[in-house]
Amino acid sequence: MPLKSIRQALNEALAQEMRRDPRVVVIGEDVAGGAGSQGQRDAYGGVLGVTKGLFGEFGESRVIDTPITESAIMGAAAGAAVTGLRPVAELMFCDFLGVCFDQILNQAAKFRYMFGGKAKTPLVIRTMIGAGRSAAAQHSQSLYHIFTSVPGLKCVVPSNAYDAKGLLIEAIRDDDPVIFCEHKLMYDLRAEVPDEPYTIPFGEANIVRDGDDVTVIALARMVRYADEAIDALAKEGIECELIDPRTTSPLDEDTILESVERTGRLVVVDEATPRCSMAADIAALVADKAFASLKAPVKRVTAPHTPVPFAPSLEKLYIPSPERIADAVREVHRYGR
Amino acid sequence: MQLSREELIRAYRDMATIRRFEERVQEEFSKGGIPGFVHLYAGEEAAAVGVCMHLGPQDYIASTHRGHGHSIAKGCDPTLMMQELFAKKTGLCDGKGGSMHIADLDRGMLGANGIVGGGPPLVIGAALTAKTLGRNTVAASFTGDGGSNQGTTFEAMNMAVVLKLPAIFVFENNQYGEGTAFEYAVGSRDIAGRAAGFGLPAAKVSGDDFFAVHEAAREAVERARAGEGPSAIEVDTCRFYGHHSGDAQLYRGKDEVRRLREDRDCLQHFRRRVGEAGLLDGSELDRVEGEVVALIDHAVEVARAAPLPDTEALLRDVYVSY
Repeated sequence: MPLKSIRQALNEALAQEMRRDPRVVVIGEDVAGGAGSQGQRDAYGGVLGVTKGLFGEFGESRVIDTPITESAIMGAAAGAAVTGLRPVAELMFCDFLGVCFDQILNQAAKFRYMFGGKAKTPLVIRTMIGAGRSAAAQHSQSLYHIFTSVPGLKCVVPSNAYDAKGLLIEAIRDDDPVIFCEHKLMYDLRAEVPDEPYTIPFGEANIVRDGDDVTVIALARMVRYADEAIDALAKEGIECELIDPRTTSPLDEDTILESVERTGRLVVVDEATPRCSMAADIAALVADKAFASLKAPVKRVTAPHTPVPFAPSLEKLYIPSPERIADAVREVHRYGR
Repeated sequence: MQLSREELIRAYRDMATIRRFEERVQEEFSKGGIPGFVHLYAGEEAAAVGVCMHLGPQDYIASTHRGHGHSIAKGCDPTLMMQELFAKKTGLCDGKGGSMHIADLDRGMLGANGIVGGGPPLVIGAALTAKTLGRNTVAASFTGDGGSNQGTTFEAMNMAVVLKLPAIFVFENNQYGEGTAFEYAVGSRDIAGRAAGFGLPAAKVSGDDFFAVHEAAREAVERARAGEGPSAIEVDTCRFYGHHSGDAQLYRGKDEVRRLREDRDCLQHFRRRVGEAGLLDGSELDRVEGEVVALIDHAVEVARAAPLPDTEALLRDVYVSY
């Protein structure tokens, strides 16, 4: 099977869905780039190149460059979705949620319920998350927990190219608004990805590796860091089960609970800040529904409750590291023994 | 443009239906039959009807807090609307939207909106659908003078011009955003002029005059359908009730509402105009009013008797976990 990067996998998913369904359009800032300029059209193809080449195949009526105007982009996409298109809108950085949240929170997310089930809002919002590029406080956050907390939104956080393609196609075919979070440091990460279209259902976690001693749950880039930590721990004789939920809403509670019922020990790794986070949410879920199985307190490995710092030296401290993950697993593993 | 006799009667019927609907909602709300909040449209009828007369069911509108008038003008069933306001299972939105979020996608009504300035971005989306799929339909947003100050509205107007979308931005200047005067809150005191600054043709008309609104809307809708892009219309109008039903209206001047009702009633203006021109006589309009009263009385009766939503409806029509 061919190796493809996450960037290629996403691009392929978009192109295949746009070929399949003329109602699928891509809309956002510089999704092609160069509109109205003297230079090249499709100059960007998205700031990190994910939508590159779509303009050439589908043209400006389906690859729609907008002004820098996030409220209008999100609102137009929501309005288009509820009237018959299937837009894939780009919110360049998830941090920009701050200027356009109303159109997502109060409009798109609410239509189906608020209108008595008579509205469908097949909208995908692709957005970048993640620290690690010294992009600092306003371009580095991982805000999937905010989207997850909103009833009516679904939220996808892929960690590899195979999942990215299957989950994006699933998102485009879903009739509810879906927030699709892409980690900005992972676009070049390669995996085996089939050429043909395929879908991965929402709410089905991926068990990345099996183990009976400690359950480790991680999302996006933290899946790789956890995997690294687990390699080191294996040499010490600690076998971890690594679970990647892949979607935070719906959340595959069963897979998480089944694993914790077996291991009795849980570490949740989350690049986001700790308060009201996915880490907190999963810890609460386990405390509520698997308390009797727990042999140790649940440990959360997260960013500190601070903005993302600029200095690379500080940012490195901000992001959970494989070492911190390994330390947390060791602590949980030895508890009560 | 000369309207046919049927069109004139339809215009009056729609305006009278809105007026009567709002009067009964005020009455029923005061009696406690309607939960939540209602924002009444009485006094502004010519704006909704003058615009929506040019729209078909395939065209879209988005509305405001004050959305009953737009809904009726766009063809929503007043009986189903009344049941929605009474929070009944059989309401237009199964009793889950209420006055502030009433919608009817089948009639091209994208919803009243609980967020001031929430509608214009949605409308450019509906216009984008029309343009992308080559539907030759248009989309109109109704926004108040309050919503005219929101950034979402500015962004929507700009993007509509940039993408040359078949959109119409209707600004209903009823002189107050809640209890704060338009003169205070709109810095330029010129909503149409501000819209023009975004590159839209923008007209300013009196909302007392149905025919003026109708003519301005005709031009804007024709322009949109011809693929020539968006337009804006500022309608100078007034509301006969408070911001919401139960508002003590302490911000109003002495006798203000009485004078508005005497001088600026768009239904009375309409009656006078068609009477003077010999197009319709008063008895015909009285007959229409009688029919409207019966329709709304029936709507209230049906709404009172209708069942409450099933408890299962709480978890229906949304993805639920936990």
